Amino acid sequence: MAVTETLRSGAWRVVELLTTPLVPADYLDVVAPLRNPGVLRAKIEAVRPETRDSVTLVLRPGRGWRPHEPGQYVRLGVDVDGVRLWRAYSVTCAPGGLSVTVNAVPGGAVSNYLIGNARRGMLVHLDLPTGDFTLPRPRPGKVLFVTAGSGITPVMGILRSTLPELRDVVVVHSAPDREAVVFGAELRALAAEGRIRLVERHTRTEGRIGPAELAELVPDLSERDTWACGPNELLDALGAYWLEAGIADRLHVERFRPTVIATGDGGKVTFARSGTVVEADGGVPLLEAGEAAGVLMPSGCRMGICFSCVLPMTEGAVRDLRDGQITTAVEGDNVLVQTCVSAAAGPCHLDA
Amino acid sequence: MTTLQRKSANPIAHLSADDIEAIGRELDAIRDEVVASRGERDAAYIRRVIRVQRRLELGSRAVLIFSLFPPAWLIGTAGLSIAKILENMEIGHNVMHGQWDWMRDPKIHSTTWEWDNASPAEQWKHSHNELHHTYTNVIGRDNDLGYGIMRVDEGQRWHPIHLGQPLWNFVNACFFEYGIAAYDLELGRNLPSKKRRRAPEFKARLKQVRRKIGKQVLKDYIVHPALSGPSFLHTIAANATANLVRNLWTHSVIMCGHFPEGVETFERNSIEGETRGEWYLRQMLGSANINGSRLMHIMTGNLSYQIEHHLFPDLPSNRYQEIAPKIRDLFQRYGLSYVSGPLPKQVGSAWAKVFRLALPNRGAAKLAADAPRPPAPGRGPANRWQRPSEESLSTPVSS
Repeated sequence: MAVTETLRSGAWRVVELLTTPLVPADYLDVVAPLRNPGVLRAKIEAVRPETRDSVTLVLRPGRGWRPHEPGQYVRLGVDVDGVRLWRAYSVTCAPGGLSVTVNAVPGGAVSNYLIGNARRGMLVHLDLPTGDFTLPRPRPGKVLFVTAGSGITPVMGILRSTLPELRDVVVVHSAPDREAVVFGAELRALAAEGRIRLVERHTRTEGRIGPAELAELVPDLSERDTWACGPNELLDALGAYWLEAGIADRLHVERFRPTVIATGDGGKVTFARSGTVVEADGGVPLLEAGEAAGVLMPSGCRMGICFSCVLPMTEGAVRDLRDGQITTAVEGDNVLVQTCVSAAAGPCHLDA
Repeated sequence: MTTLQRKSANPIAHLSADDIEAIGRELDAIRDEVVASRGERDAAYIRRVIRVQRRLELGSRAVLIFSLFPPAWLIGTAGLSIAKILENMEIGHNVMHGQWDWMRDPKIHSTTWEWDNASPAEQWKHSHNELHHTYTNVIGRDNDLGYGIMRVDEGQRWHPIHLGQPLWNFVNACFFEYGIAAYDLELGRNLPSKKRRRAPEFKARLKQVRRKIGKQVLKDYIVHPALSGPSFLHTIAANATANLVRNLWTHSVIMCGHFPEGVETFERNSIEGETRGEWYLRQMLGSANINGSRLMHIMTGNLSYQIEHHLFPDLPSNRYQEIAPKIRDLFQRYGLSYVSGPLPKQVGSAWAKVFRLALPNRGAAKLAADAPRPPAPGRGPANRWQRPSEESLSTPVSS
């Protein structure tokens, strides 16, 4: 056993020597990009419009994919105007396939790009499914899904997979109007068949649902395990209500929007590895701020052309001192910034 | 002919400090324009170049499996030479400069790219991006002025060993990738001193270089030849030839960047307190371009636009051709000389300098080089990264 392993790894080392300093997969990319085990990609197989500003992408993942758990999300890496931007999308189909539904975000770079330009055959980058917005086993007896807008997407993924295993499901969904309800026809069909109880709220004419009204619409609310997904205001309000009612552990929440990044002048810079925290002025390069605090910072030309000072920013905002441009990162990101020409524009975290 | 500061006729005597800062502002504006318009077209360009290069290399190596047959040998070697040149020049050098980092593609990024060359990327980036591009053409600080084995300026001290420099230059050209590795390791400085060559940092770098060379040698001279079975020896010859062609070509192109007549060198103390505008100006005066066809530009990795590259080393190489007319115009308006010429002329000029400076200084050149060193500007530390604001133009900026 060990001998075959050694032989196999030895043989692979020889194959790698054929392509060094590249890896064999880099040449494979030239002919079969989906077969690259090191870089996960997906091909768009179909593009289906859902509502006037949402579109479902049916994807075929490449090698290295593993099936998702209903309710989880994937990150898609899309090259928009030459820059690779990553966004998270809930998986809306049952395990075994991969489809996501993209909702247009006003001014959003990726959503609007995909809705306008996604075509069959396009390649996008992919990350493995993740997230804990999933139903436990054994399945809960009574379930409530509270969603608004694009928040319906993870719930749709759950309904399309797990509905046969659920006895009692209530879906309370809010959207501006009837036509804006993503998966509207499918949800109404399920309700008509009696598989779910659907409460549809059209906020433009009927106003928004608050937790108190929700409690009236769903009297046995406290007996239900609840999954909620939608705008932060809704989720915050639900969270407070559930907490006060003493049933906070029965509410599961999925947020789509990160906390807002403050882009003032200067800010607190946290250097993750050394644990150093520096209050940096908005005109001082991160490099100097770090060095002054005794952090070991890589550097080079100290003028922005050699890229030796580049460090990953995992969270926060920085301003390029050369042109004032702001670069932001949210948790989970790993945006590389040149510390010698960037200053803090709000709190930020550097992996150094 | 010596450093700019010791010349009797100073080519920038007509520029005031305000002029220099104005040049800086104009160049910053050109830079901003390119940065703002970087997008899909540029990303598509580099991806296409990489695709073409990899296909060419793959195809050439496949053809070389049959290198026993002369047509296959010729086609394979030619293809592989071009593939190696493309990888080193248009792709590797430019990616490692961070020109494509803006795409946020981890596969095409200065922090991850490793190139098909004896010198490890990390060491190249230090000696090239950091040192050469910051201290361009400063005697005593930019080792690209002769690579430590030649003298290319009257301001560099003559030593009898320089008599052989045409030969050293030719040898370096043939084995250029190893020359670069030795240069990046600063072998000339580190080997003679027992303390330096035993230093853990140097030993670590030496190990890194040994491993890189080891893999390159195994690839080109053992594994691929072995794959070609009976063509074993012919493939070795083919790969050696491709490496030689690449070495000779890249060496020639790189010589054209800073050695031809008309390119200025600078005193070490002249860059004290250097401002952004002054750094730009030094790059303008210390670089030379090559005229030629589109094919020539791509085969030089757009280093035929050496001036544009030195002004903006981190802007996508495909943009240099587009901004060249604006740069040329800037030179003309400020009364500066835009040094450029066809490839054979520039290579000839560089080699002529190598021959001429193999001998000690004589005549006017000797007088100029022996003149007392001009005093330093007497300013604080340099802050080349800082863009001048309107108010700070006449007051020295401290960091």
